[in-house]
Amino acid sequence: MVSQSHATAAADPFEVSEAFLKRRRLVDLTMRCILFLAASLSILVTAGIVYVLVSEAAHFFAQVSIVDFLTDTQWTPVFQEKHFGIMTLVSGTLMTSAIALIVAVPAGTILSIYLSEFAQPQVREAIKPILELISGVPTVAFGYFALLFVTPLFQTFIPGLSGFNLLVPGIVIGIMILPFIVSVSEDAMRAVPNSLREGAYALGFTRLQTSVRVVIPGAFSGITAAYILGMSRAVGETMVVAIAAGQQAKIAVNPLEGAATITAYIVQISLGDLPHGSIAYLTIFAAGLTLFVITFLFNILAFWLRRKYREVY
Amino acid sequence: MTEQAIVTQEAQARALSDDEIVRKAHRSETRFALIGLTVLIVTMIVLMALIVDFAIDGMARIDRDFLTSFPSRRPGEAGILSAWVGTALVILVTAAMAVPLGVAAGLYLEEYARTNWITDLIEINVSNLAGVPSIIYGLLALGLFVQTFQLGQTIFVAGLTLALLILPIIIVATREAVRSIPLEIREAAYGLGADKWQTVSGYILPAARPGILTGAIVGMSRAIGETAPIITIGALTFIAFLPPSPIQSTFPYVNADWLNSPFTVLPIQMFNWISRPQAGFHVNAAATGLILLAMTLLMNGLAIWLRYKIRKGIR
Repeated sequence: MVSQSHATAAADPFEVSEAFLKRRRLVDLTMRCILFLAASLSILVTAGIVYVLVSEAAHFFAQVSIVDFLTDTQWTPVFQEKHFGIMTLVSGTLMTSAIALIVAVPAGTILSIYLSEFAQPQVREAIKPILELISGVPTVAFGYFALLFVTPLFQTFIPGLSGFNLLVPGIVIGIMILPFIVSVSEDAMRAVPNSLREGAYALGFTRLQTSVRVVIPGAFSGITAAYILGMSRAVGETMVVAIAAGQQAKIAVNPLEGAATITAYIVQISLGDLPHGSIAYLTIFAAGLTLFVITFLFNILAFWLRRKYREVY
Repeated sequence: MTEQAIVTQEAQARALSDDEIVRKAHRSETRFALIGLTVLIVTMIVLMALIVDFAIDGMARIDRDFLTSFPSRRPGEAGILSAWVGTALVILVTAAMAVPLGVAAGLYLEEYARTNWITDLIEINVSNLAGVPSIIYGLLALGLFVQTFQLGQTIFVAGLTLALLILPIIIVATREAVRSIPLEIREAAYGLGADKWQTVSGYILPAARPGILTGAIVGMSRAIGETAPIITIGALTFIAFLPPSPIQSTFPYVNADWLNSPFTVLPIQMFNWISRPQAGFHVNAAATGLILLAMTLLMNGLAIWLRYKIRKGIR
């Protein structure tokens, strides 16, 4: 504007030339387009993921029937006699995720109630960063910790715990997803308006009664979203199970023994040098598609639940 | 309320005085606070145990030789030179791509986007991408970049993959930072005759910079620690050479050959050593893990401190 008024100072100090405005409008429009393209790139990423998984999995399902894929109870893609029962890997994944949730759901709920309803603001400000630090630890470090610290420790009092097992990775994943569950559910609890709490206090409720009967029901959809997102993370967690859960693909029934999960299998196959297009190469995309579908359903459900509580308050 | 009434009736039946009811309520309050504290302390003990375990196992192994040697078949002579150089270069690529793209997308969603189905779609999409397991990004990179586009298992592909992975983190951080800027700043800019882009580039972006920086640091730290997507690309684990230097003595003084070089990174090297049976390699893994932990915890600590400063500034 300053340089502008110089140019036209002779005529009218407040007049802005047409050319200048035109240029500004052009810059404005160009930037708008660039920013829009950057934002829509995220859709391209999703499209890329879906395209890769579906097209490679289609090659796989041209050779293996989908009924066998879902019902066979063995998974031996690199053996002579090949079986492709994904349920073996799914059972391992579900076992570790279930153990993780058994650890993280009660602990996460208690912690988030404690932080949102009980703790002094200063305490809360001090605790939340520490929880964030846990979520900053690389997953491969948690894997090392599970295999070479927690498993030997547990073996001293759980007889029959194998070196590779599902119990320890499950517990470690539970600790990993804990900060996440706490932050999402605490967020939901704090979104419950204070007037509801004050109403409860006026009726003589204690803080605990207010938490259990007013805040939790009020934040229910958000807390559920936290559990579902935690589950989705546990299902997709890779390095801990790849390091500490073993590589044997079998229906997981005993958490004290090792079994492969979907993610651990993908890592195991990726480490070898498989020719592009071979059936074993295609299995990792079929397994990846299964994983993507499971986590996608969880994520969408959680997104919808979180939006719901945001709309209520 | 009816339950309150029942409680009161029970109290009368058992002839509890008001004092006793209050005391009972106090006791259950205290009990819950204690349970909460216990959970908190246990969580912290686990974090401490993790750090101490790495320090005990790996501290003694870290010396100048460890940082300046290539991997070796003999655990005592092996080092992480190629791994830390690889990590540094990959992160450079990741930052160069993820930060501008993430900030641009965040600005669009917060400042420009109208409420319509496209915006809705992008928003659901970003939130879903944030929850897609990292190994799926690895499969995307394997199927698209390595196999379809034939880009090879290079530093560029790894950096690109990690950039896509941390994009949602940076978008969300940008949006939060932009959202916290008071409306008055925008109104003042418009009042002076600024158009949208002048407002965004001249006022919004500078004001949001600390918040965006926080998100970028958290994203980088996540990328440094990621292992699974890079394994899936098929990155070699035994790399006993360095990529070509990005700087040269002759014109034009920089070259981009390193982008197409094979590589290894710290978490991959660590994973490789964990999977060996010899205890000597486990010590190397612990030492690498300790360095990784120090890097990621420092970066997260920095981000937390920055966020704390921002919040204080706003008050």
